[in-house]
Amino acid sequence: MEQVIGNISVLAAMPIFNLGLLIDGLLVGSIFALAAYGLALVWGVMNVKNLAQGDFIMIGGYITWTLGRMGIDPLLGVPVAMVVLWGIGWVLYRTVISKVITRDLFTSLLATFGIAIVIQQGLNLAFGPDTQSAHANLPTLSFAGGLITIATTRIVGFVLAILLAIAVILFMRKSRMGQAIRATAQDSRAARVLGIDTEKVYSFTFCLNAAICGAAGALVVMVWNVQPFLGTTYSIRLFVIVTAAGFGNLPGVIAAGFGMGVFEQFGGFVLGAEFQQALIVLLLLAVLAVRQLQQRRVRQAVQ
Amino acid sequence: MSRTSLHPLTMGLLLLVGIAAPLLFPAYTNQVAVLWLMIVFASTWDILGGQMGYNSLGNIFFFGAGMYTSAVVQIGLFYDVGMYTSGARTTHIVFTTTQYFAGFALGTITGGVAAALLAVATSWIVFGLRGPYFAIGTLGVAVAGAELMASWEWVGAAAGISMPVFPGAPDTQKLFFYFLLFGLAFVVLVFLRWLYATNFGLAINAIRDDEEKAEAMGLHTRRYKRTAWTIAAFFLGIAGAIFGNMTGFIEPRDIAFPTTTFNIFMILMVLLGGKGTFWGPVVGAVVFHVIKEVTWTYFLGWQFIALGLLIVIIVVYFQQGIVGWLMEKYPERFGIHIAPKGKEEPASAIGLAPHPEGAK
Repeated sequence: MEQVIGNISVLAAMPIFNLGLLIDGLLVGSIFALAAYGLALVWGVMNVKNLAQGDFIMIGGYITWTLGRMGIDPLLGVPVAMVVLWGIGWVLYRTVISKVITRDLFTSLLATFGIAIVIQQGLNLAFGPDTQSAHANLPTLSFAGGLITIATTRIVGFVLAILLAIAVILFMRKSRMGQAIRATAQDSRAARVLGIDTEKVYSFTFCLNAAICGAAGALVVMVWNVQPFLGTTYSIRLFVIVTAAGFGNLPGVIAAGFGMGVFEQFGGFVLGAEFQQALIVLLLLAVLAVRQLQQRRVRQAVQ
Repeated sequence: MSRTSLHPLTMGLLLLVGIAAPLLFPAYTNQVAVLWLMIVFASTWDILGGQMGYNSLGNIFFFGAGMYTSAVVQIGLFYDVGMYTSGARTTHIVFTTTQYFAGFALGTITGGVAAALLAVATSWIVFGLRGPYFAIGTLGVAVAGAELMASWEWVGAAAGISMPVFPGAPDTQKLFFYFLLFGLAFVVLVFLRWLYATNFGLAINAIRDDEEKAEAMGLHTRRYKRTAWTIAAFFLGIAGAIFGNMTGFIEPRDIAFPTTTFNIFMILMVLLGGKGTFWGPVVGAVVFHVIKEVTWTYFLGWQFIALGLLIVIIVVYFQQGIVGWLMEKYPERFGIHIAPKGKEEPASAIGLAPHPEGAK
């Protein structure tokens, strides 16, 4: 307890630390925003809540880490992870997701939970339970006489995440497939009547989401670390972001992603890193409670 | 299946099996004891998941809560808990027979009661949620329980607590815990048999079928949901207290709140046996547990991959479960009578179009 108060007083006495944490939080939050956008996409278009989202991120991270060990620059891991995850997403869609998409929501939730367990344990068998991270050989910048240090990898990750997000948004706006995806999200039956192959749209959306997760994972392993069982934490984190923003609200999802990054940096600094997971889960409960209060005012349940 | 009968014959048979099993197969007493625990898990999960249509991913929270409450009560009655947990690795503390049994009885009861109280408290957080939000919210409750316990020094944090040692021979200990778990499972089954026959059973089925309509008909759905959740929590709390003493060592992430093992077994067993049927969870638990005990050691580290695949396969291809499948195949054996075709009045006789299907 004294330590917590001490940490808070450090923040109050040295405003420059707040700035450092804020910048770090925003840089990390961009990756959350990217992956949360993928989750919101699948959620909105297919009405599937993908509990394996965080584990896709971990696969992307391990692909990049493996490339890094083979002497390939981790930055090249981003496209490789995207391609591999696209393939994994396609296989999973064919074998599992396409069969649960029309069933009730718990079915898809449980099916993706099963996939999440398989991925976690598979990664554990393949890479062992240790925490891993890949280092791109980039310098660390320091400002304000060394009080603020920013790793260049985080800036690179931030820029890449923003570029990817812009690319995905442009794709959704301009391309034929993007239009078809948005039409299916609005009304899948009408889209089918108008000649859109919704099966293909679903498959494409799921693969696109997996690829986005792969890119996010490649960035995560550079700026942070990966571990087979961290996937669940990411899934909960992304779920919190999308629930807080509402899945149809794209600017909201991105803002909530940045908010999550900042919240974690400050929470981790004040309470200590070992409370990270507890903090995220408590935030989930808080967000769900707030959503309920909002819905109760209009006499509805959160569903 | 008539709603009013408690099936004394079937229940008597179950009692006989439960008592005879450790005498006939003494080598497997522990495995069968865990089987009864699994039946408690599956049956209590089915109260919400099957009968009420609320699929929880966090029922394990009450198992762990009961386990920790009983541990704190059992130790706290005679020693200081903080001292006990911090000194557990260096000193060996012995409980006398009276101390052990008095603490155990009190701990088990408070474990159940504390779990029930926590259920009432958490019901404010989770029951405004529906469908997937409910599932994720309950999972959040369970993970939060594990994480808070893992960071609370007073109850041993992540290192856990060594429970008081059973004052007796290992064989007596085995039989003692076997009969406790069997008794609990039996009580749960008889209680649920009775519960599903009452208006309460009908009310939670109505919530499953259409909550809005049930509410419009004047059911206090929130009250029913809270009660169902509390009943499940009470039995899980007691099960947790007994199991904690049986294993002799408790720890937050893998024993008290194992979200990826026991927690997921519950759901899997119910789905395997047949959701929303009385015997489905029991059949599912037996089949799952036997398969698991026989094959688990041959998987050599691949067990959990097999578990995940099993979840996916059951969810995708076999969702009605064993009992559900039997009910579809032989509906007459379950007292469901389907009117034979062709006996209805010909459509033309009552003044309708001759082919009403054609209009659809």
